[in-house]
Amino acid sequence: MVFTILRYNRNVCALRLNIMDYSDLTSKATAIRKRILSMTNASGSSHVGTALSSVDILVTLYFRVLRVDPKNPLKKNRDIFIMSKGHGCTALYATLVERGFAKSEMLDGFAVDNGLLWGHVTYGTMPGIEVSTGSLGHGLSIGLGMALADRKRRIFVLLGDGECDEGSVWEAILFAGHCGLDNLIVMVDYNKLQSFGTVKNVLDLEPFSDKWKSAKWAAKEIDGHDICALVNTLSSIPFQKGHPSVLIAHTIKGKGVSFMENSIDWHYKSPNREQLNKAFGELDEKDLC
Amino acid sequence: MRKTFVNSLLKFASAYPELMVLSGDLGYSVFEPLIEKFPNQFINVGIAEQNMIGISAGLALSGKKVFVYSITPFSTIRPLEQIRMDVCYHNLPVRIVGTGAGLSYGTLGPSHHGTEDLAIMRAMPTMIVTAPADRFELEKILDAAMNISSPMYIRIGRSTEPDVYSVLPALELGKANVIYDEGDDFAIIACGNMVHTALCAAKKLQALSKKGKVISMHTIKPLDCDLVVTLAKTMPTFTLEEHSIIGGLGSAVAECIADNCISPPYFERFALKDAFQKKIGKHDYLRDINDLTVDKIVDKILKRI
Repeated sequence: MVFTILRYNRNVCALRLNIMDYSDLTSKATAIRKRILSMTNASGSSHVGTALSSVDILVTLYFRVLRVDPKNPLKKNRDIFIMSKGHGCTALYATLVERGFAKSEMLDGFAVDNGLLWGHVTYGTMPGIEVSTGSLGHGLSIGLGMALADRKRRIFVLLGDGECDEGSVWEAILFAGHCGLDNLIVMVDYNKLQSFGTVKNVLDLEPFSDKWKSAKWAAKEIDGHDICALVNTLSSIPFQKGHPSVLIAHTIKGKGVSFMENSIDWHYKSPNREQLNKAFGELDEKDLC
Repeated sequence: MRKTFVNSLLKFASAYPELMVLSGDLGYSVFEPLIEKFPNQFINVGIAEQNMIGISAGLALSGKKVFVYSITPFSTIRPLEQIRMDVCYHNLPVRIVGTGAGLSYGTLGPSHHGTEDLAIMRAMPTMIVTAPADRFELEKILDAAMNISSPMYIRIGRSTEPDVYSVLPALELGKANVIYDEGDDFAIIACGNMVHTALCAAKKLQALSKKGKVISMHTIKPLDCDLVVTLAKTMPTFTLEEHSIIGGLGSAVAECIADNCISPPYFERFALKDAFQKKIGKHDYLRDINDLTVDKIVDKILKRI
């Protein structure tokens, strides 16, 4: 399927995207959000908000963009995805399950005693996970190394906004731009909240895309919950030949559950049974895109 | 422990206008009272630990009394060279606090486990290394921290650690506290969040007619070597820590014993293996599979005395 849309007005987008594709992706996103909520409820673990904000980006990547094979997770020359914001692991685990990399029962082993999945992304646990993360500011440098190792291979890295406080992120940004690595694609889950305040109050990143551009990256900004726009934009990469690409995705922490949206509390809390039911009800009602 | 930490900071902030507290974007539902009362004495530097340590050195060189705070690996290992060069090389009394001692962060996994911090901080020239047993020891260690003239590391727990003491103890940096003294059958030298386990084990052993001692080695560096020598000369000696077997309390005690040519009746270090945690679980589960529970320690000691 070829997309030619440059402006991402939702109505125009819906016309161009196969309507079946569109509803399929949104229903996948809803299913993933439910899995995230169930996992955090069952384990008493958290980082719910940050997982929910990244879901639509992950759905787009795993169902429309990444050249990966769930039947053969280590297939040669596959695209690589690195979840650098490792605390959003529940979103990745749930997406990999939806995509067929692992059975859904594996999610029952999230963050419980004698379990199967840690509370940060860990290599060697679920098939499809390429790199362990959990300490912020590591994934981009690792992705940069992979992109240097094989310039024909596409490396995708998802960063958190708070993560961009880390100096190591900027070392990698400078070097990737310097090398002109157009096989390196970064998405920033810009949900505007970090663990102890708003991004604006703690360490303002703006003018954010200008910073990337000044380091020789091709930058675009997008509504990170508009799946149509995400599909279109990530279907034509690199954004500019000879330059690494960054997609700054404006998102909402806790997206999809009204009482979790834009709240730092849900960086730390896990939903109880009542909250889980309420959240499920909201997700069933909503058209998220 | 974190509540005690912020209460002490509140006390210091009014007594010392030059007090500065730096956080690497952590401390939600911990630092709010401090920020409210002393907004100019708190800086959230963002998730940027290397910068945080560099800033702390600059502040200390400018006469400020500085505390820095993050989760253990992020306040110690992440900014290690800044600690070595900016803080230790200048011998600055910066107080580095690591929260989430040992395996406290449980299911969050090895990225968040603080299991090599004592070894690495011990190796930093001029660094004082402490691991208080409970909120009472922490309060005394924080008081002592206001009068230090070299860098200091303070390893604290996550939130609700059981009390070892019932009142504030006397505490001097570098002098261990003998918190239980019923006989000479054994000595358990423990630190930080394992002191409570050591105490429970000793009480259980006493019920089995084995009477020994429990020592809270709250200061791992400088180590109370005089006490270690006295104990190791006469009784089976065990160390207990929620830290890698390499380089922590057990290593420090073993070095002291070797350096003084002591041959203890028996010596064993209870600690974590030299490995990342493979099996997933919460804090208590991880302690259990690493044999750091009261019952397992009692069994091991019984076999050796």
